[in-house]
Amino acid sequence: MSGKQVKQLDRVIIRFAGDSGDGMQLTGDRFTSESAVFGNDLMTLPNFPAEIRAPQGTLPGVSSFQVHFADHDILTAGDAPDVLVAMNPAALKANLGDLPKGAAIIVDTHDFTKRNLDKAGYDVNPLDLLGDANDPLGEFQVTPVDLTGMTVEAVKEFGLSRKDAARAKNMFALGLLSWMYGRPTDPTISFLQKRFAKVADIRDANITAFKAGWNFGETTEAFVVQYEIKPAPMAPGTYRNITGNLALAYGLVAGGVQSGLPVFLGSYPITPASDILHELSKHKAFGVTTLQAEDEIAGIGAAIGASFAGSLGVTTTSGPGIALKSEAIGLAVMTELPLVVVDVQRGGPSTGLPTKTEQADLLQAMYGRNGEAPVPIVAPQSPGDCFDAALEACRIAITYRTPVMLLSDGYLANGSEPWRIPELVDLPAIEPGFATAEDLVEDPKDPEKKVFQPYARDPETLARPWAPPGVAGLEHRIGGIEKADITGNISYDPANHDFMVRTRQAKVDRIADSLPPLEVDDPSGEAKVLVIGWGSTYGPIGAGVRRVRKAGFNVASVHLRHLNPFPKDLGEILRRYDKVLCPEMNLGQLSLLLRGKYLVDAIGYNQVNGMPIKAAALAEAIAGLVGEAEGVEIDLTATAQEASQ
Amino acid sequence: MSTSTELPFPGLRSGVELVPTNDQPQTGKEYTSDQEVRWCPGCGDYAVLKAVQGFLPELGLRRENIVFVSGIGCSSRFPYYLDTYGMHSIHGRAPSIATGIATAREDLSVWVVTGDGDALSIGGNHLIHALRRNVNMTILLFNNRIYGLTKGQYSPTSEAGKITKSTPMGSLDHPFNPVSLALGAEASFVARTIDSDRKHLTSVLSAAAAHRGTSFVEIYQNCPIFNDGAFDAIKNPDTKADAIIPLVHGEPIVFGNGSKGLIRDSETGGVKVALVADVGEDAILVHDAHRTDPTTAFAISRLTDSGYLNQSPIGIFRQVERPTYDDGARGQISSAQQAAPGERQDRLAALIGGGDTWTIV
Repeated sequence: MSGKQVKQLDRVIIRFAGDSGDGMQLTGDRFTSESAVFGNDLMTLPNFPAEIRAPQGTLPGVSSFQVHFADHDILTAGDAPDVLVAMNPAALKANLGDLPKGAAIIVDTHDFTKRNLDKAGYDVNPLDLLGDANDPLGEFQVTPVDLTGMTVEAVKEFGLSRKDAARAKNMFALGLLSWMYGRPTDPTISFLQKRFAKVADIRDANITAFKAGWNFGETTEAFVVQYEIKPAPMAPGTYRNITGNLALAYGLVAGGVQSGLPVFLGSYPITPASDILHELSKHKAFGVTTLQAEDEIAGIGAAIGASFAGSLGVTTTSGPGIALKSEAIGLAVMTELPLVVVDVQRGGPSTGLPTKTEQADLLQAMYGRNGEAPVPIVAPQSPGDCFDAALEACRIAITYRTPVMLLSDGYLANGSEPWRIPELVDLPAIEPGFATAEDLVEDPKDPEKKVFQPYARDPETLARPWAPPGVAGLEHRIGGIEKADITGNISYDPANHDFMVRTRQAKVDRIADSLPPLEVDDPSGEAKVLVIGWGSTYGPIGAGVRRVRKAGFNVASVHLRHLNPFPKDLGEILRRYDKVLCPEMNLGQLSLLLRGKYLVDAIGYNQVNGMPIKAAALAEAIAGLVGEAEGVEIDLTATAQEASQ
Repeated sequence: MSTSTELPFPGLRSGVELVPTNDQPQTGKEYTSDQEVRWCPGCGDYAVLKAVQGFLPELGLRRENIVFVSGIGCSSRFPYYLDTYGMHSIHGRAPSIATGIATAREDLSVWVVTGDGDALSIGGNHLIHALRRNVNMTILLFNNRIYGLTKGQYSPTSEAGKITKSTPMGSLDHPFNPVSLALGAEASFVARTIDSDRKHLTSVLSAAAAHRGTSFVEIYQNCPIFNDGAFDAIKNPDTKADAIIPLVHGEPIVFGNGSKGLIRDSETGGVKVALVADVGEDAILVHDAHRTDPTTAFAISRLTDSGYLNQSPIGIFRQVERPTYDDGARGQISSAQQAAPGERQDRLAALIGGGDTWTIV
């Protein structure tokens, strides 16, 4: 340690922001890994434009990565950054509005040229006004540093072009921030060694820039304080940092291992789901086949074919892809084949906001098909939870012979958190239970003959037999036309159709028998308000509820993993509370389902701006409702500052 | 209900020649399901069904290792009438479903039955991509040049100007030539045959089944209800000699009772019809279906008169070796598995426990 002052903090939110080409995602990712290895709890929020390279230096081209790390258990990536690292004028301007008073800004002065200031829409260089009476950054603690210039200087021995040398500025910034928050440097150095193993000069320049950034912090007088955020207490176990898409891909691999089935992914690239395709394509050694299909429909078609042939068929996409796959999902409902359909939701409708998050595909997942076509729905609540949710989707698909919708979203997909690596013995075994020749029964029309009944049902699950080709005697035909009960033959009989529609619904309803009771978080047992959510709102809801409790009030919460069927005890739980608040990143889709099914006056808290719900604003809404229910006024401002998220 | 975690198929290699065989003699009856066939009287589909039911036993494969997949349309009812495994899927998507089946299972003989609307309209994308990938399957395209199941609208192979319910003043669409389309997608096996010529149909099906890769077979099939007589020129005993240009590998391409033949057209680089008497036998093009370059096959396919079929080459246009998608996909899986020995469980633990980790005690 230098002779600098060390200040203890319990948590910090840092946002790295720069041009799309500045490597901000990598920088944030590295800082996150360092923090994870250090032992902080953390959550991240990457935020980038849909364009690969929007015009350089412009506001639409700004890419950012926010990381919230703490010495205690946290639930969100944070509402507002304490520290902004801005690599150019556009990054400063685009992010300024999110900063609270007093936030620290470290700004790379190098790109504050007339041209770049113009592009960002600055008439005057705000850095020239620092300390003036009309300083537009007067509310913040601004430290201007020529990060680029110092980087170029630090790496000049490697003889790179000026452009290449300047590209290492993100590592200089990372080094500086790593010093400031006492992050371990070894993981990043070994990462850079591996990443640029084949280009020695680039590798050395990045490592040198990273170290130079650290040393700059250590020696300069511009920074007098170093901060310490102690490791967070966590349950015993081995941890890693993981994004939702990676955890989801691992969950699908685990689904194959736990069921003993080959996994077959048919997919078409789409943001923000493509990473799952990329990841699964690396795992051929697990018997995972990945087909990059010609379109969304072919992706699911191939997956259905593979399921018919005895694989675990999977298709991954986002909302627009689900729209295209709807007819094929209906076919999987009718043919009653196992299929996992992953929807990593993004802002909609149509192309919408490809890189932003939303939860507005719930009703599409629930009802977006012709006819009565019930599909079970499972949703993960955090990045690491995507693993368990994917495995659960596999379990339901295989056990009940049905397509299952797995609803992740852009925030979970790209966000990350420390994940306790599960012990394999704790994972559920999944039984494919293929039909065999022993399933042949006496032909009702001819006692001499044995027949296979592809639409006979398991009395408990109502699942039909899964009979992949290759077994003599089990030859059968399935398809999209209504099936006759038991025989599976084409049937246009009115009574049969009515029966089969009800049976398919009953089969999905039966899944509820296999679900554990809901865990209601109601420590006092005296709450009058219940906050209910699903998917990635878990973090903001948990953080909002904590704030209200911290202010001394009772509030309960419950989070749904299963959206169809709902757990059996949900209705009773909803009725236990005077008021039910349902925060969602849509206009009230879960609220509609709850109101429809349970006749409960679920009150919506709805936000559809492409970003996660902010805990502070949600806490206000919860407090308002609790106040109404308790007949008191609740003012959260007193406790807001110290409330952790 | 008994259960088993074992895959119900033995570890046999894939592909038509690798599909488990049956050493017992089979009959067409065994391949006939108990479902009542419900095509219109006189439909060409009956003839094709009969031919397939008669032909499948000759393949000598185990019946349980044969899968028929179809889309939507009259012809797509086909799988219900065969006692094999089958799926009657959704409109146009059969090639994609069959791609999944063929890629997932090396031991299945996979067949797609489709029609001109199913394969060339709504499913055009899947068709060309299946052909491009060269997935190990046989696609039978029943071309009746009309929409039958929806009762008589023009199809992508109907002649321009066709008057139908949806085109009272005549269709404005230019028709596809399915063989040209398949060759354009670089299909490795492309053939055309006729529902009423059982012998030719069977010989083409045999060659298609033996081919490794996607075999594309266009079958001219008469719809007696909505497009009767669409193939009269090539079926009428008085005209067919001049209408059918028979393609036989290794033989000169002659027709019209030997009076006409195909020659190179130096002007266009294609091929054209000439009188043998005018050009001499030596000038007649000898059919080479195995030529890797598809140019000549394509040029021959252009001799199809897509209007009234007064002239149409029939036979195998192209049959070349090309790596198949499914063999390649399984090959990658198997080399990855060889490079990663050990139990899947242990490897899964290593996978999810990889990366930068830390332990809390």
